[in-house]
Amino acid sequence: MDFYQTDLSQLHADLKNKKISATELTKETFDHIKENEEQVKAFITLNEDAAMKKAAEIDQQGINDDQLTAGIPLAVKDNILTKGLKTTAASKMLENFNPVYDATVVEKLNNNGFINVGKTNLDEFAMGSSTENSAFFTTHNPWDLTRVPGGSSGGSAAAVAAGDVLGALGTDTGGSIRMPASFNGIVGMKPTYGRVSRWGIIAFGSSFDQVGWLTRTVKDNALLTQMISGSDEHDMTSSTKEVPNWAAQLNDDTNVKGLRIAVPKEYFEGINDDVQAVIKSALDHLESLGAIVDEVSLPHTKYGVPAYYILASSEASSNLQRYDGIRYGFRAKDVKNIEDVYVRSRTEGFGEEVKRRIMLGTFSLSAGFYDAYFNKAAKVRRLIAQDFDDVFKDHDVILGATGASTAFKIGAEIDDPQTMYMNDVLTVPVNMAGLPAMSVPAGFSSKNGMPVGLQIIGKPFDEQTIYNTAYVFEQTTDVHKKAPKLGGQN
Amino acid sequence: MNFETTIGLEVHVELKTNSKIYSPSPVEYGDQPNRNTNVIDWGYPGVLPTLNKGVVRDGIMAGLALHAQIARHMHFDRKNYFYPDNPKAYQITQSETPIAHDGWIEIEVDGKKKKIGIAEMHIEEDAGKNTHTSKYSYVDLNRQGTPLIEIVSKPDIASPEEAVAYLEALRQRIQFTGISDVKMEEGSMRVDTNISIRPVGSDKFGTKTEMKNINSFNYVRKALEFEQKRHQNVLLSGGHIAQETRRYDEATGETISMRTKEGSDDYRYFPEPDIPDLNVDQKWIDEIESEMPEMPGERRAHYVKDLGLTDYDAMVLTQTKEMSDFFEEAVKDGGDPKRVANYLMNDVNSYLNDKQVDLPDTKLTPVNLAGMVKLIEDGTISSKMAKKVFKGILDGEEPSAYAKEHGLVQLSDPAQLQPIVDDVLANNEQSIEDFKNGKDRAVGYLMGQIMKQTRGKANPQVVTKLLMKSLNAK
Repeated sequence: MDFYQTDLSQLHADLKNKKISATELTKETFDHIKENEEQVKAFITLNEDAAMKKAAEIDQQGINDDQLTAGIPLAVKDNILTKGLKTTAASKMLENFNPVYDATVVEKLNNNGFINVGKTNLDEFAMGSSTENSAFFTTHNPWDLTRVPGGSSGGSAAAVAAGDVLGALGTDTGGSIRMPASFNGIVGMKPTYGRVSRWGIIAFGSSFDQVGWLTRTVKDNALLTQMISGSDEHDMTSSTKEVPNWAAQLNDDTNVKGLRIAVPKEYFEGINDDVQAVIKSALDHLESLGAIVDEVSLPHTKYGVPAYYILASSEASSNLQRYDGIRYGFRAKDVKNIEDVYVRSRTEGFGEEVKRRIMLGTFSLSAGFYDAYFNKAAKVRRLIAQDFDDVFKDHDVILGATGASTAFKIGAEIDDPQTMYMNDVLTVPVNMAGLPAMSVPAGFSSKNGMPVGLQIIGKPFDEQTIYNTAYVFEQTTDVHKKAPKLGGQN
Repeated sequence: MNFETTIGLEVHVELKTNSKIYSPSPVEYGDQPNRNTNVIDWGYPGVLPTLNKGVVRDGIMAGLALHAQIARHMHFDRKNYFYPDNPKAYQITQSETPIAHDGWIEIEVDGKKKKIGIAEMHIEEDAGKNTHTSKYSYVDLNRQGTPLIEIVSKPDIASPEEAVAYLEALRQRIQFTGISDVKMEEGSMRVDTNISIRPVGSDKFGTKTEMKNINSFNYVRKALEFEQKRHQNVLLSGGHIAQETRRYDEATGETISMRTKEGSDDYRYFPEPDIPDLNVDQKWIDEIESEMPEMPGERRAHYVKDLGLTDYDAMVLTQTKEMSDFFEEAVKDGGDPKRVANYLMNDVNSYLNDKQVDLPDTKLTPVNLAGMVKLIEDGTISSKMAKKVFKGILDGEEPSAYAKEHGLVQLSDPAQLQPIVDDVLANNEQSIEDFKNGKDRAVGYLMGQIMKQTRGKANPQVVTKLLMKSLNAK
């Protein structure tokens, strides 16, 4: 099965009409994954036995019209809890952790009959931009195996780009869906904060975290995102707003005529020339289709990264305290007393980046520093949200690049956290304001041939306009048709 | 040198909700360890708290009962610290926006009334419980997540006596709202104390010492008295008080240093991101206020003014809500207030003390007590018989059926009694003579004879009436 030649609706029809069985499809998927894995290393855990069993069940039961994902192999980022299937957050701390319950998003997909092929690699506890912070291994970018896939949902992005699956779940705290989507030439959507339940997502920055999909196409993304969205009694921050059928509006009549696009001038500062060139030509293209492109200013953008790293790390420092070696997860050997259990389990169980952020967050919340750090960053957060509000008063979407560069070489930035953090400059403001945003393939770098993502930011709960814009761009260009040649240099 | 004492009290009250404050696990005690827990209580990866609205409601009610201002806008905060009974390694509490603030309650010590201010009260979760053996330490999370309200007094309390009076008044008011059992012995009310002394006239507070979890009012008094004295002795001998947490040793009656506080613990409070900010509208506050049961003071006034009880009786009956509710119920069922009150204050109370049980745990019901009192009122049973019937109703028996079954019914029918009177008179000519000669003793003797014939069941009032009438007619 070549997932580059089909999509969700097509496969659903094929399965229903028995052109292919779920068992055949799943088997082919695993064959394909195994072929790629040696080079890409997208998965921490493959779920082959259970997946084949589930596929056989689906074949036996048959598929209803509304079971869009029934029998469809999809992947799940390994910081999303799957009952009875190891969930590690790519950390030694949870290396052998088998959850007793499913995340709400997984439960919804299970009810719809999806085939979970496995758990994808990420930066430990979703902290990073390259998967190099995984405690286990680094995932390779299918477009160029010497490059990173981005992060933290790098395994999910690489699995989709490599054609392993049509879609993979990711999480996005500061860009962790959009950035790897951009690096891998695929579609990645972070819905509005509150759109998707966080129940069962291993918390990183609770007021930022949001689940979303990395997919090949815009329409698949709309269909899959609809399936996991909606209020959840387990998550008080989940929204009770009605979930629209976004995909229903994606058709030949969809257009961008009169769409008011804001382009912040700050989103071109410090951006590599090859990326700028692709984004500018994407904007020209949309303008030629009738969109109105306006330059605007989001003046507090430059404070986004430092403020984000204070706030998200503060929340993380608290969220990660539960990994204490007492009830589950890693416990250091030969401990002498309770202090020892805590200190040594956490010292040995967490990786360097996680510890760096725990320290950063703990410091920011400490007595005497709270006002200068946490509180000040919280103020910046409100200013950034205000910037967006102002622009959205007379614009429908905000466009810019997703990443400042294309995928960088493995090892190039891992020893320089500050440079690494600056990769997030264009994505974190969205999480600060809780807005929905997508990265859609915009083109390829003239310098290295790597994919470049166009970021489309929408108003709160207006995923529809994002999907419409991305859909029009996708359908009127050939960017999404290009697939990586695994193993070769593009 | 004369000193004055400053005491502040922090009281934790456990709420009687069905489920925990942030999880649907039941609030139940005495079960097998960790039975009443779920993934939320374990601090499992990926879990989120869901706020129990009932806890907010109870918190508002407590605030109203303590004359406090209710916060219209509030959020929750995380208090971070590592401990095995604290599985998330943070407690979800309220630090910046307590649910209520600036309240007061009135106390009375030696006939003098005084208002004690309440600085603030907030809602939070309880921790689990650690038990240690020589080989292992055990963690039981059944209690983890039990809703608590913490009530922080202003430093308005000037003596151990006032501290106890404050605690009694606080317990009484909270108990009357029905949101908590407020029992020190069961841990549903816990007291931490802060005490300092300073020379009279000094404008600076002295260094305070803290004592946590003292488990009876009596020990609170003794512990504070000991500390007060200790502070004085230290200061008078030129020493200085260390700011520290001390423990009250019940056996020796002394306090012992536990740990010295060098600066304060850093709990790294910050707003809880998993629970959205909460707005409380006036309508909800009004609704809760309308559901607020009468407070003891109002009840006392009602008992004295409308039911004719003495101040003392009214005070005794309103010591606990259970007693007061029982009293009102029995009166509603037709029991004479004064008689019902007497029974509750004497026979019932001594029974409860004797058996070491609480009123609701007995088989005694208001309707049965009222029924018995009515039998006394209408002469069906004598007060002597009532003692036996009382034993019956303590076992849950219906009084009039019980009285009948055990032959505890007075003969009050004149038609039945007159022949007996006549018979006794016919056989006691001498007594009639004595009566006519003004010997009142004769009446007593005749009464005795009638009672003997009726085996004590004759209604003395009716018999007296019949006897006098017959005697006078002779």
